[in-house]
Amino acid sequence: MMPANPRVGHVPVTAARLDAESAEWLRALTQTGPEREACVARLHEMLLRIARGEVARRGPRLRITGPELEDLAYQAAADAVLAITGKIRQFRGESRFTTWAYKFVIFEVSAKIGRHFWRHPSVPLDAEDWDRLPDRLGSGPAQEAEWRDLLAALRRAVDNELTSRQRQVFVAIVLNDVPLDALVFDLASNRNAIYKTLFDARRKLRAALAANGYLGEENLRHS
Amino acid sequence: MNGWSALDRFLRTDPRDVGCAQAMEMLHIYVDLVAAGAPAEQRYPGIAAHLRACGPCGEDFDGLLAAVRDAAH
Repeated sequence: MMPANPRVGHVPVTAARLDAESAEWLRALTQTGPEREACVARLHEMLLRIARGEVARRGPRLRITGPELEDLAYQAAADAVLAITGKIRQFRGESRFTTWAYKFVIFEVSAKIGRHFWRHPSVPLDAEDWDRLPDRLGSGPAQEAEWRDLLAALRRAVDNELTSRQRQVFVAIVLNDVPLDALVFDLASNRNAIYKTLFDARRKLRAALAANGYLGEENLRHS
Repeated sequence: MNGWSALDRFLRTDPRDVGCAQAMEMLHIYVDLVAAGAPAEQRYPGIAAHLRACGPCGEDFDGLLAAVRDAAH
C-alpha cells in the first residue's frame, strides 16, 4: 500500500473557486444568528433525505428494517450536521459543497451500520469457519479435493506467517464474515488501520503460498 | 473459477492502493469528477485501486455517487 502522500495519485489538490451554490452555503453557515440557524435546518433536511436514500439503498443487504432504519438515518443526519458545522472552515471548494456534505452523512451511515452489527452478531467471534471460505471467495462447490489442499496450505500460512493482530483481523473478516466497519467498532480502531492490517496479511499469505509452490511467482510479481 | 484462482484473486494486492484514510479524505473530489464524466480513475489511480479492493470504501463511493446523481435529477 502506498504511504501517506498528499498528492494521492498524480494530481496535487489545490483550493478552487467556489460555484455560486457552494459559496452561498459557506457564507450562510459561517454567519451567526437566525440566518445561520435557518441554514443549519436546511442542511439537516437535505442530509436526512440523503441518509434515508442511503439506508434504503443498503437496506436489502442489512438485517435492519423499518423504524430502526429510520432511526439510523435520523441519527446519521444529526451527527453529520454537527460534524459539518464544526469543520465548515475546512471546506476548500475542491468539490461542490453538497458533495462534501453528503460525504459526512454517508460515512455516518456506514459507521452506524457497523455498530448495529453487534446487536445481532451472526457468528461467535471465536469460531473459525474455514468450510465456507470457498463460497465467500466466489468459487463454485466443485473441486472439493482441490479446496481441501488449498485450505490446508492457507491455514498453515495463517498460523505460521501472520502476527496475532493480523490473524485476528483475517479470521474475523475473511472466515467469520464480520463486516470491516463492525470490526472497527469492536476493536476500537479505525477503517484505515484494519484495512492495512488485512492488506499486509493478504500480501504475506500470498508470498508464503508462492514460496511453497501453491501460487505462481509470475502472478506474485503483479501483486 | 477454480479454488486457486479465487484465492489468488483475493490475496492479490495493488501497490498503488492508497488505503482508506486518503480515499475517504478525497472521496468527494473523486465522486464529483466521476459524476461529471471526467477521467477520475486516470487522475487518481491510487484511489481507484483502493475503491476496487476495499468493500466498505467502495460502498461509500457507490452511496455518495448515487446521492449526487439523485440530487441532480
